[in-house]
Amino acid sequence: MSTTMTNVQKLSLVQAVTDGLRTMMKERKEVIVMGEDVGKNGGVFRATEGLMEEFGEDRVIDTPLSEAGIVGTGIGLALNGFLPVVEMQFLGFIYPAFEQIMTHATRIRMRTLGKYSVPMVIRAPYGAGIRAPEIHSDSVEALFTHMPGIKVVCPSNPYDAKGLLIASIEDPDPVLFMESMRCYRSTKAEVPTGKYTVEIGKANVLTEGEDVTIFAWGAMVVIAEKAAAEFKKKNISCEVVDLRTLYPLDKETISASIQKTGRAVIIHEAHATGGVGSDLIGLINDTSFLYLKAPIERVTGYDVPVPFSALEDHYVPTVQRLVKAIDKVIHF
Amino acid sequence: MEPFKMIRYMDEQGNKQDIEGAEAITEDLAKAMFEKMTLVRTFDRKAISLQRQGRLGTYAPFEGQEAAQVGSASALKGEDWLFPTYRDHAATITFGHSLPRVFLYWNGRVEGCVAPEGKHIFPPAVPIATQLPHATGAALAEKWKGTDNAAIVYFGDGATSEGDFHEGMNFASVFKAPVVFFNQNNQYAISVHISRQMNSETIAQKSVAYGIPGVRVDGNDIFAVHFETKKALERARRGEGPTLIEAVTWRYGAHTTADDPTKYRDQEASVQKRPQIDPLLRLERFMKNEGYWDQDWAEEVRKKCTETIESAVAEMESFPEPNVEDIFDYVFEKPTWTIQQQKEEYLQLLRGNQG
Ligand SMILES: Cc1ncc(C[n+]2csc(CCOP(=O)(O)OP(=O)(O)O)c2C)c(N)n1
Repeated sequence: MSTTMTNVQKLSLVQAVTDGLRTMMKERKEVIVMGEDVGKNGGVFRATEGLMEEFGEDRVIDTPLSEAGIVGTGIGLALNGFLPVVEMQFLGFIYPAFEQIMTHATRIRMRTLGKYSVPMVIRAPYGAGIRAPEIHSDSVEALFTHMPGIKVVCPSNPYDAKGLLIASIEDPDPVLFMESMRCYRSTKAEVPTGKYTVEIGKANVLTEGEDVTIFAWGAMVVIAEKAAAEFKKKNISCEVVDLRTLYPLDKETISASIQKTGRAVIIHEAHATGGVGSDLIGLINDTSFLYLKAPIERVTGYDVPVPFSALEDHYVPTVQRLVKAIDKVIHF
Repeated sequence: MEPFKMIRYMDEQGNKQDIEGAEAITEDLAKAMFEKMTLVRTFDRKAISLQRQGRLGTYAPFEGQEAAQVGSASALKGEDWLFPTYRDHAATITFGHSLPRVFLYWNGRVEGCVAPEGKHIFPPAVPIATQLPHATGAALAEKWKGTDNAAIVYFGDGATSEGDFHEGMNFASVFKAPVVFFNQNNQYAISVHISRQMNSETIAQKSVAYGIPGVRVDGNDIFAVHFETKKALERARRGEGPTLIEAVTWRYGAHTTADDPTKYRDQEASVQKRPQIDPLLRLERFMKNEGYWDQDWAEEVRKKCTETIESAVAEMESFPEPNVEDIFDYVFEKPTWTIQQQKEEYLQLLRGNQG
């Protein structure tokens, strides 16, 4: 982590995103922001608020309503000298752009033996729990961790959001930057005013513990910390690891934690089958199988579309479900 | 020459235009349209007020677009298909959707997607433009089954930027599907004005590229919308293929109840447009001009609409609690073992909570 600590300010996660964008737009004229409603409206979540006024309509661009167009044009801009940060209004509306990402953004470097590359960031609010209408709540990170050639980043707090966003903009390859809507305004934290980065591919041990590791990212980090606090009262210490990057996973931090605690529970709000949790279990098998004292448990969303808001709470993993899983691995 | 001239059957002052077809307007039709538009406007205003009271979730208002929706949907016949977006409840209600169910949809209840038995009304499309190819397919199925049923599909000006818009129209034109592509050009896609959405002067002219008829109507003129849609549906039923209709209209309010329109346009100006463009006011003027207007009758209509909406709200609010099992039971006809196992574990957890 490199920091030029000047001052700090208290920001929410969404404000930290804006601050990260502003910082990079000031530093590099190649950085441009594009998407639906990002300009005049400042984004439907206000993530780009004030940027058009500050940097002008040539650098903060309201586009036509076309995700394939936004990402495809972004690819062209990126391979010809720009650093586009494009916004998908919601992760659940990224699907029209899927082909552009899967068959082009991720492969241009490989197809040209490094002659061209796509240094583009795709920002996308995601996740359930805010009573959004249908489709708005999808949490489909695994579709992208499965794609060779794109990094997938998912901050859970304002400090990481700004640092990881700046690192993503500076990354020479495409990055999907997932922003939890549930975390957007849930807390404020101290964020340095200057430029700093949080390294992509590095997990963060948020709470140290001895008995069990909880792996989480995005909105589920909060649930993990609540469960850890409950167990603390019973003298069971949970280590909470915020993965922060879902591709590539941080092999060292993950295996070191397992080798210390010997037990693991993974929590994610995405569907169970083919989720990032499955990859984590594979990684733990590869690196730390003989350290395990219990089978790894998963607490996830179900293999069903995120329900309409009236039943949404039955889908998103809860502290209660996590506690139950932790109990299971402790008392195996 | 203006190739896509805006079609009007009455002008802004409600004067009947000298146009072929206008003679078909009757007092009964005018009254029926007034009743339907009053009903859906009452619905819309009620929905916003319920949302503000926390009795409804985020809602997408359509005030200003009543003529476009009511005029077009009332041109359908019983067995036709209707593919709406999240803003087209006036169309679905006109075509026979149940009022309490439409309210339920906005209360986050999946039951709100289910139209009455025998009504081919699809759930609202939430992703933009994805419903256009569906309508093409459903219409083709009718044609290939040998019926004379057609489909209508609703979409906004923003939707014309998506690939699915092109794909749906292109398939329909190649296969001569009996479908009407009904665009409501309310001039904004959330905050983006149409001038930022497209560089073509009209949406209707996009029909040229597909070799199909394109029609531009005043979307606040209920008769123009109604009769032009009817013509397009008749063409479709005769096997002559799809039509693109652009109904030029305006939404007075926010994109949804979660949106703040003052960020991107002057709301005062929007309010000031009302005397010129409001579809209900225009119809009222027309009826007065034609001697169809009766103040007592109008009051009675308004009163009845309020009662109907109130009773729909009561029905919505007394609907049975949602069933948790529904989230597992309808993903497949028969749940896979993964879903079955997840369901059992979750229900056990819930029972544990109660015990
Ligand atoms: C694929 C997709 N991208 C983005 C969105 C978010 N969104 C919802 S409505 C909307 C604007 C739609 O404008 P328009 O098609 O003109 O219809 P209107 O809302 O004006 O009726 C946007 C961008 C979405 N629903 N689907």
